[in-house]
Amino acid sequence: MKTQWEILVVDDEEIMRESLAAWLREDGYAVDTAISGRIAAEKSKERDYAIYFIDLKMPGGMDGIETMMEIRKIHPEASIIIITAYATVDTAISAMKEGAQEYIVKPCNPKEISILVERIIKVKNLQRENTILRKKLMKQYSFHDIISKNPKMQEIFQLIQEISSLKSTVLIQGESGTGKELIARAIHYSGDRTSKPFICVSCAALAETLLESELFGHEKGAFTGAVSQKKGKFELADGGTIFLDEIGDISPKLQIDLLRVLQEKTFYRVGGAEELSVDVRVIAATNCDLEEAVKSGKFRDDLFYRLNVINIHIPPLRNRREDIPILVRSFIERLSPELGKEIDDITESSLKLLVDHDWAGNVRELENAVERAMVTCKNKVLSDEDFGFLESNGNRRRIWSVPDNLRLDEVEKLVIEATIKRTGGNIKEAAVTLGIDRSTLYDKIKKYGIERE
Amino acid sequence: MMQMIARHVRGMFGCEIDMNLALPNPDYAYDEKKGQYSSAVILKNLAELCDSRVPKLLAITEVDLFIPMLTFVYGQAQLAGKVAIVSVARLSPEFYGLPPDKDLTVRRIRKEVSHELGHTFGLVHCADKSCLMSLSTEIMQVDLKSESLCESCSIVLEENLKKLLAVGSQRTVADSSNSGPDR
Repeated sequence: MKTQWEILVVDDEEIMRESLAAWLREDGYAVDTAISGRIAAEKSKERDYAIYFIDLKMPGGMDGIETMMEIRKIHPEASIIIITAYATVDTAISAMKEGAQEYIVKPCNPKEISILVERIIKVKNLQRENTILRKKLMKQYSFHDIISKNPKMQEIFQLIQEISSLKSTVLIQGESGTGKELIARAIHYSGDRTSKPFICVSCAALAETLLESELFGHEKGAFTGAVSQKKGKFELADGGTIFLDEIGDISPKLQIDLLRVLQEKTFYRVGGAEELSVDVRVIAATNCDLEEAVKSGKFRDDLFYRLNVINIHIPPLRNRREDIPILVRSFIERLSPELGKEIDDITESSLKLLVDHDWAGNVRELENAVERAMVTCKNKVLSDEDFGFLESNGNRRRIWSVPDNLRLDEVEKLVIEATIKRTGGNIKEAAVTLGIDRSTLYDKIKKYGIERE
Repeated sequence: MMQMIARHVRGMFGCEIDMNLALPNPDYAYDEKKGQYSSAVILKNLAELCDSRVPKLLAITEVDLFIPMLTFVYGQAQLAGKVAIVSVARLSPEFYGLPPDKDLTVRRIRKEVSHELGHTFGLVHCADKSCLMSLSTEIMQVDLKSESLCESCSIVLEENLKKLLAVGSQRTVADSSNSGPDR
């Protein structure tokens, strides 16, 4: 099993380089050699070695420490052993500070080097096993392109399987970027309509008249520009599913039309007299609080109840941070071939950076951030510097510090105001975030005179 | 002793042994600072000396060997190559301040000779501590391992020998006549 690991020996002295290489080859490792730091850095661009043995003193511009730093730029987690003829505290500290895993003084006892190599390889084997297990876990936690190990998301996956073959209308709620369309697709493709069309309509993208024509189609001459008859999305989705995204944005008139389709299963093309009947499952989605919209009269309650037969609420990414590592790794795996990049992992510190970040744009924003980092990444592993743009956004989670001279009720008011602002005025979500009942939150809003957005 | 080693090698690898090759004194590989001989330098020299018709060349020496990275080596070989060298310096109990034991020394030499030759036949170190091809970094490990190959290494050796036989006939040369002086 050893031959799968490659070791690079870097030394300008031939006898030193070749004898160590020969000794390691006898141990079953594939060993490559480099006569200078520059050549070693070049070789490391082509492949990552399990261990780098680098001599500290090398002529020609790059000594051992510089070589190590160059290699670390390409492989931040490379296992590097610095070799020196003389042990000085300064060079040892310097080597370890710059990231050398070990520091050995030549000549050393064969047992010492054998144990050292064995120990590093054991870690490498564990890391490899870890990667394999991670991939297996990713499969375990993925459901129709949605990846999550969050218990609430797992409940949603279960629910999708239970309802996929029903005809009932589904309302998917969740912040922008949480993957509402993926959930809708999962419902469609898990059920018995999978061989029929899945038609997606973004209700927010079109003006009222255009959306009406888009949904129900039009007859020739129905309006200026209607040069021929056109089938609407409902007709195109016959037998399948229509996904109405951003349903909270549709006009009162379209709300009535839609209600009619849901109740009667029939509709008319714009400018048409023929009543058309379709067998379509409706899945609607919104990032607004539709209950609030109903209360404020912006959305018809009868349509809301028709849509909200089965409700799915997707938690925002900040409430399922445990998903960030598997999501990031799945993006890396998917995007690497798409971007033509050989990136296969992310450093632990960068992962922590992403886990700690507030993803206002949820999974979509996380995916975009990973893609952006991959585009500019010059190495095989994404590191902190590739995510520099996140910090510049000033969007990192701020560390909580206790304000001076504030009373407890003033702190409470500030926290409530900030939470409501962050949820975009969504009281239900703000209450969940604050860990209190909605009615308690309403009382406090009233008590402190907090303005809701 | 050399006859006995030759018999052992013949039995293990099934090849013809020629013991008449005269090798130069290894003084050229002596390192004054260390008081030892560089096995890498000797191996390189042997490779240059080795006749193209000789498939494997094994040198046995009394001098203590080292490579720059390590304080000592019992022996060294070119993996799947032609040449190998074994030092008997650290294989006798006397080296460790113990009374002489000829049988033990011979057993150790047989093991190290077969081990290094095993490398020239493409075998790498084996994780099975009782296998002849397991790595020995101290004398106790030499004593613990057996004189035979484990099942896996036997299969690999068999395969590699078949490949070699397909290429040409086998001849192994063992020589001890010109090992370095005692220092």
